[in-house]
Amino acid sequence: MAALEIHNVRKEFGSERVLKDVSISIDSGEFLILVGPSGCGKSTLMNAIAGLEPVTAGNIYIDGEDVTWRTPADRDIAMVFQSYALYPSMTVRQNISFGLEMRKVPKPEREAAVERVADLLQITHLLDRKPAQLSGGQRQRVAMGRALAREPKVYLFDEPLSNLDAKLRVDMRTEIKKLHQRLGTTIVYVTHDQVEAMTLADCIAVMRDGHILQLGTPDEVYNNPVDMFVAGFMGSPSMNFIRATLEDGNGGYQLRITTPEEADLVLPWPEARIGAGMAERLNQPVILGLRPEHFSEEDERLTSQAEGTLLSANVAVVEPTGADILLRLPLGEQEVTARVGPKCAVAAGERLALRVDMGRAILFDAETEQRIA
Amino acid sequence: MANVIRRQTPAARLFRGLLYGVLILAALFYILPLVVMLMTSVKPLSEISAGSLLSLPQNPTLTPWTKAWGEACTGMRCEGVGGYFWNSFAIVIPAVLISTTIGALNGYALTKWRFKGSELVFALMLFGCFIPFQVVLLPMAQTLGWLGISSSRAGLILVHVVFGIAFTTLFFRNFYVGIPNELVSAAKLDGAGFFRIFWRILLPVSAPIIVVSVIWQFTQIWNDFLFGVAFSAHNTQPVTVALNNLVNTSTGVREYNVDMAAAMIAALPTLVVYVLAGKYFVRGLTAGSVKG
Repeated sequence: MAALEIHNVRKEFGSERVLKDVSISIDSGEFLILVGPSGCGKSTLMNAIAGLEPVTAGNIYIDGEDVTWRTPADRDIAMVFQSYALYPSMTVRQNISFGLEMRKVPKPEREAAVERVADLLQITHLLDRKPAQLSGGQRQRVAMGRALAREPKVYLFDEPLSNLDAKLRVDMRTEIKKLHQRLGTTIVYVTHDQVEAMTLADCIAVMRDGHILQLGTPDEVYNNPVDMFVAGFMGSPSMNFIRATLEDGNGGYQLRITTPEEADLVLPWPEARIGAGMAERLNQPVILGLRPEHFSEEDERLTSQAEGTLLSANVAVVEPTGADILLRLPLGEQEVTARVGPKCAVAAGERLALRVDMGRAILFDAETEQRIA
Repeated sequence: MANVIRRQTPAARLFRGLLYGVLILAALFYILPLVVMLMTSVKPLSEISAGSLLSLPQNPTLTPWTKAWGEACTGMRCEGVGGYFWNSFAIVIPAVLISTTIGALNGYALTKWRFKGSELVFALMLFGCFIPFQVVLLPMAQTLGWLGISSSRAGLILVHVVFGIAFTTLFFRNFYVGIPNELVSAAKLDGAGFFRIFWRILLPVSAPIIVVSVIWQFTQIWNDFLFGVAFSAHNTQPVTVALNNLVNTSTGVREYNVDMAAAMIAALPTLVVYVLAGKYFVRGLTAGSVKG
């Protein structure tokens, strides 16, 4: 049975439609991430699940029960807020046990629960402090402890890491993942950070303008995006979109990329990847999607790269990140980003031969931005 | 000012001297009436009629104070202002507590439990801050009559509460608007209700604005004369009305020293309240402008 099921939920503020027929279902123990740019409706959806805002239409089920019109307290959920929302006048201990106290859990049990989560999150030494005396990371832990103490059916995390500095954010991300693996809790997690989404989720829902564009595993969303928005949103640096024309080459499809000053670049489309919509778009403009890591130095993967297509370009900018090097180079009418190994000794202005892994390339319709193949 | 960098030229020093001179003069000018009152209140009557206003008392005496408290005539009766002083407390304390409590609940509801039209309700309540006292005298008298509490302490308390709510609501609403709504959401998820959230989450952090509200209301209600004179019976009049009666009762020689002592008595509680809690008053008014 689904731990959380959202069924055709709509939400309108006046005439503005914030959620348009959203449906999601996740199993017990699953980690669902709602990701999207600001204003896409992900926080509204979270508030609807929490019961903090009523929905205009649709139903929400938790553990098979219809909770659409239940109060937040009666839904058996806990939430970790972006600002942590720790009660400023209470100690950490009181903060963690407040929810249990409201539910009239006897004192010994409350104390046991506090001990348990404090131990789990390593905040035992902070129990008698007030929130104002804690650092950002510690507050974050207390906020999670408050949620964990009640052992609810579903946990909601509303951008919990966005107020932390970069290093702490990575640490806490790992911590949350560990916790999830250990406790097997059902989690709905809102973020605008696609790295968090990729690393944490069992299931990602990419949202835009109140719609769920794609619902799938991180691998599906990353490697098989449904449209250009999802493709561009997931991954950093983001996917390169190259204008091209779909042509019938000798024995198969090929993509022609017109280059202003040089000869046209022709990339053959692998036979294994031919999609249903390709025939009708023959000789029409399409968008070729290539991730930076789909490029590689010509000599780097000589052994394994049989189907890679060779091209050469003048490197415009070299950006070493330490782990690898990002190159900006012109391809057709636009500039693309390519990720090459850290040993690549190329300087700006030099010409470099690159292999393109067309086997992982993605083709989009130039107008609808939907995926073709 | 030790951390301000400036060049110590003679001209700058002269200017600074002048600046301090002007400021000290201004301060003296402001404190003078109080000093004169205080000096006059401890002078015997003979000294007042002989000496000038500013001369120091030669034979200080507390007789005017005891007379003002217990013997001076306020109209027909000659019992001093002492009884009226306690009358004032009997009016002010309940009125302050009730209006502050209601204001806090209003501010809480208007910010954390918004409803359709809550902003309009707030705007209308704000309007109450600008209604002149005189305008409501007649309708209020009528209302108190209907309620059967005209010329009673309860009636006067009601009037002060109704008038005070506009201000206390404004204070609390503006304070609570700065408290994150996520706190209330978290408490809702934890299972707390309207009053529980107010009592356990918001009230414990409201000390600064409670102080502001209490000082403001205390001062307003204590210093009120118009409602006091209009809506109270003889035995429930506040001290401000008694002071007026005392000063206006003329039998024989005008006892300026007694008048001044009575005025001091009437002014003392608000001064004490401000001295004791003034620090928190300023802190509460500026709370929210700087993030704690």
